[in-house]
Amino acid sequence: MQNHFDLFGLPPAFAVDEVRLERAYREIQSRVHPDRFAHAGDAERRASLQWTTRVNEAYRALKNPVQRASHILELQGVDVAFETNTAMPPDFLMEQMALREALADATSAKDLGALDGLQKRIDADRRQLEGRLGEFIDRKKDYAGAANLVRELKFLEKMEAEIDAAYEAIE
Amino acid sequence: MALLQIAEPGQSPEPHERRLAVGIDLGTTNSLVATVRSGVATVLPDAQGRGLLPSIVRYLSNGNVEVGYAAQTHQAVDPKNTVVSVKRFMGRGVKDIDHLQNAPYDFVDAPGMLQIRTAAGVKSPVEVSAEILKPLRQRAEAALGGPLSGAVITVPAYFDDAQRQATKDAGRLAGLNVLRLLNEPTAAAIAYGLDNASEGVFAVYDLGGGTFDLSILKLSKGVFEVVATSGDSLLGGDDFDQRVFCWAVEQAKLAPLSPRDMRLLLVKSREAKEHLTYHGEAPLTARLSTGEFVDVAIDTETFCRITQTLVQKTLGPVRKALRDAGLGVSDVQGVVMVGGATRMPQIQRAVAEFFKRDPLNNLDPDKVVALGAAMQANVLAGNKPQGEDWLLLDVIPLSLGIETMGGLVEKIIPRNSTIPAARAQEFTTFKDGQNGMSFHVVQGERELVSDCRSLARFELKGIPPMAAGAARVRVTFQVDADGLLSVNARENTTGAEASVAVKPSYGLADADIERMLRDSFSHAKDDVHARALAEAHVEGQRLLEATRSALAADGALLAAQEKASIDARIAEMERALQGSDHRAIKQAVEALNHATEDFAARRMDEGIRRALAGKQIGAL
Repeated sequence: MQNHFDLFGLPPAFAVDEVRLERAYREIQSRVHPDRFAHAGDAERRASLQWTTRVNEAYRALKNPVQRASHILELQGVDVAFETNTAMPPDFLMEQMALREALADATSAKDLGALDGLQKRIDADRRQLEGRLGEFIDRKKDYAGAANLVRELKFLEKMEAEIDAAYEAIE
Repeated sequence: MALLQIAEPGQSPEPHERRLAVGIDLGTTNSLVATVRSGVATVLPDAQGRGLLPSIVRYLSNGNVEVGYAAQTHQAVDPKNTVVSVKRFMGRGVKDIDHLQNAPYDFVDAPGMLQIRTAAGVKSPVEVSAEILKPLRQRAEAALGGPLSGAVITVPAYFDDAQRQATKDAGRLAGLNVLRLLNEPTAAAIAYGLDNASEGVFAVYDLGGGTFDLSILKLSKGVFEVVATSGDSLLGGDDFDQRVFCWAVEQAKLAPLSPRDMRLLLVKSREAKEHLTYHGEAPLTARLSTGEFVDVAIDTETFCRITQTLVQKTLGPVRKALRDAGLGVSDVQGVVMVGGATRMPQIQRAVAEFFKRDPLNNLDPDKVVALGAAMQANVLAGNKPQGEDWLLLDVIPLSLGIETMGGLVEKIIPRNSTIPAARAQEFTTFKDGQNGMSFHVVQGERELVSDCRSLARFELKGIPPMAAGAARVRVTFQVDADGLLSVNARENTTGAEASVAVKPSYGLADADIERMLRDSFSHAKDDVHARALAEAHVEGQRLLEATRSALAADGALLAAQEKASIDARIAEMERALQGSDHRAIKQAVEALNHATEDFAARRMDEGIRRALAGKQIGAL
């Protein structure tokens, strides 16, 4: 499989150097982007489209914590198994259910203040989880343990999307 | 002392150095064409010195077409055949149009996109738009002294795939080589950003005649990165006219109006609206065909009251874009105002209040999009040396997905993904032995298919018989730099492969465009062959130059034999360009393209290798 870190000349780590990533991304884009080949022949335009697409995809994956972690695990031969492995720690699940209920209540009451509170809460949980994930992957090299955390992080990501949708529904 | 050389007007001093490229703002109300001359972007005026071309097309029964001011003067006398605000109908069906009853046309419901019955026959919005683009192309060719190498046409950022495809088709139908479809707020950001050498996060609030866009961009060191975009493709200045119109009908207690009176009163309503930008009160008078005389006056307070919901309606997308960007109001360093409708004081106030800062109005809101498009066209044509150009990273405004069981949407490419983008998703069969699958491609944010826009349906056949759930069909969505989608599906578990590529169904087939082009030439005085030859020449020359500069830069990547084969194609091209057979030139173009395929891929790999090498040295 393709290694997104290699593409940008970065070491494969969860704690990615965002400044270097962005600089490498822009450096490559400035050479392969279709805007550089708008007046070129078909062959070059096609090659440019393929490369830019690939670079955008890799950049998007490395910027997103869930995808970045999944990618590292995949490179290590560990399957995160979002679809098949749905076992979660019971207390985590209880907490998520409570949060979802709070979200449903805030939505039906059109309570923007409660939504703001929920968003802050998820943000904090997310940061904390990302910190642990960095430790599992980069320091302990405990990839199986990391896979569990990635699934939890994915839960929070979904919750965030639902909060966004709730804001939209209220507005 | 040496004498300074001056080229003849309209002739560029080095014909093969500069490519003639323009930016076109194809607006709901007005359209413009601009180009970069001596490093400065300027709007090209018509023979009377007017920069704006009203986006109005009138069809006459003798087959002739009036465009712009000529059509505008007849809009109230001949409303059925005079199409205004056609942009609102691009890529839209009859059921998509609000206030259908207030539009005085004979609509024809056609699959994919509505059509309008006129004295000169049934016309699609694509054809009407092409009529607006044609005089702009002619204006530019006259001013620049030759056939255009290419054009950038702007579209609202919130335009979906159907609307974009329709716009590109209109460009081709007007005989333009469309270098790129550029989002209007992004074009405005280029004009502003380069003018002020700005850095940081900017919001572009673009309220045009019929569309509203809000884009959030990050500007830094020659990179324009759109982080989020939102909007409403059916909200614009026209809606404010409509509110005034309805208010006037109510005030004057008018019975339902004829198409002619409706258009007359709408024109008067627009004038009243524009008057209110600079005055506290505006008269609205009209002599209707019924003999009735409308004589009312509208004051600022009333105008603000009846349009308040419209102003508020623009703030929803503003909030959404900020949320998508993960940014707050305080992160925004400047708010750029674009579009004639942003002249309305209540809009300026609402935006200032929301962002807690005065919006930027230093460039003409009617021209800024065309100017930015011209700058981008200049870069795309390769007229800017590397290092002086910039990089533009734009996004798709609406998620793209596919229908799954139960009428639900599986999103494949989420909104605000940087383009070009591609994403694949695997699907499987539902029944044992199922040998075909049908796909429904949709665009939108809602969960239910029925709430999204249907883009295309296609079938994949020839799946080998397998148990339900065993087949693996990989569907790939590819969005190009214009924001246009193509879809590909293939089954490959058994090694048996079936593949299909679709272009969404409302787009015109290449054959249709060619036929329409031929038809339009037989009406016009344009000589078909001369035109075809001129265009083939531009294309052949372009490819020849591109290949030569590629060889000069990276010729070392080729083995002697490969180099010889490309050289042979180049020689063929040179011979073809000497002659007057446009087909021979086209063949030479194809042959040269084919011969350089591997070379192109290798150059791209090499470019990335160099980019990284340079970076790592810098990072050490």
